Amino acid sequence: MIELILPAIVSCIVAFFVVFALTPPLIKFLEKRNFVVKDINKKEGVMIARPGGISIIAGIIASEIVLYTFLQLNEILAITITTFAAFLIGYVDDRRVMGGWFKPVALAIAAIPIIVFGVYDSDLAFPIFGTVQIPVLYLGLIIFMIPITGNIINSIDVLNGVASGFTVIASFSLSICLFVMQNYEIAIISLPLGFVSLAFYKYHKIPSKIFPGDSGALTLGAMYGAIAIVGDVEIIAAVALLPAVINSFLFLSSVKRIVEHRQVKGKPVEHTNDFKLKATDDKTAPVTLVRLILAGGPLTEKQVGFAIFKLAIFSGILAIITTFLMGVYS
Amino acid sequence: MKSGLYGFLFAMWILILLGGGILVTILGPISISGFGQFNMFIASIIKAIIAIILVVIWILILSKLKNWIFRKEIKS
Repeated sequence: MIELILPAIVSCIVAFFVVFALTPPLIKFLEKRNFVVKDINKKEGVMIARPGGISIIAGIIASEIVLYTFLQLNEILAITITTFAAFLIGYVDDRRVMGGWFKPVALAIAAIPIIVFGVYDSDLAFPIFGTVQIPVLYLGLIIFMIPITGNIINSIDVLNGVASGFTVIASFSLSICLFVMQNYEIAIISLPLGFVSLAFYKYHKIPSKIFPGDSGALTLGAMYGAIAIVGDVEIIAAVALLPAVINSFLFLSSVKRIVEHRQVKGKPVEHTNDFKLKATDDKTAPVTLVRLILAGGPLTEKQVGFAIFKLAIFSGILAIITTFLMGVYS
Repeated sequence: MKSGLYGFLFAMWILILLGGGILVTILGPISISGFGQFNMFIASIIKAIIAIILVVIWILILSKLKNWIFRKEIKS
């Protein structure tokens, strides 16, 4: 444990400061090249630089290289390669409009390094009751997990700062759970995800100066999923991600097919005269987490964001309770 | 509405715990004999089919729960 403290500190510093230092010049670069999109939730219709995934992946790769120099674990390679593949898939989607099936299928392929490096345990651990051995089925779980976590984080990237802020809370909750389970090496490998998200949140929070884009959201989600598999904390990771899971569940159960948000015609949310967010009465619009939060009345974008963060903290606490329940049978 | 969301989160968590219990205590111990070297393969297929049915049942329960919680909240 003691020998892991130095790599942990150095990798977290590298993760935070690479993103912190790289994002401002990236914003200038993207603005100069007109890689900007309209922020639809601002009255003035300001244009925001995108994609910020470039600085996010730079921070992740730099910090994981630091960790690999110290620890030389195949787990680090598998997580980093899967995350980088997810970034590339997201970047393609940022530059060209791809079909609804592109990301799930491509992200399933991105999960292959985890299988190739053999850095998984095919026993699925559940709280209270113990583990179930599913050697064949587990391979399917790996293939499904990365597209699910990637798209779940992507689907919650709807307001300023939400995707990065939510990932900060979920990933630090997951790191705490890994420390509680005494899985110290994977806990340390997971820490850069939280610090990269935290540094990016500084520029993504309301009013955003940059959007992560699909490349950023898929990078964060795929790394989260890869850590869950490699750390053997799939169920705990799912619990920490529950508000975003609910968002995807509500969306899919209302549109009843896998579809890109931009392909949905009905608007779930509209603006009041003072530019607060308000749930619509449109029956063709999908039900989303934001729409449900707004069902009580109009709120500002910042208030909706904080409501999502409170839900994330609540599910983070449930994840930590789940971790302690894992110890019941051991 | 927000209290409904916390309730829905908590219900999902309970369903995850219950689902884990069913998987570990009922589905996990299932073993098949009489098919020689295919025993494990056939057992895996049966487990996969039951697991998929369970997932579908869980999704239906969540849909009903969602409608019940949020309709109740909107009415109040």
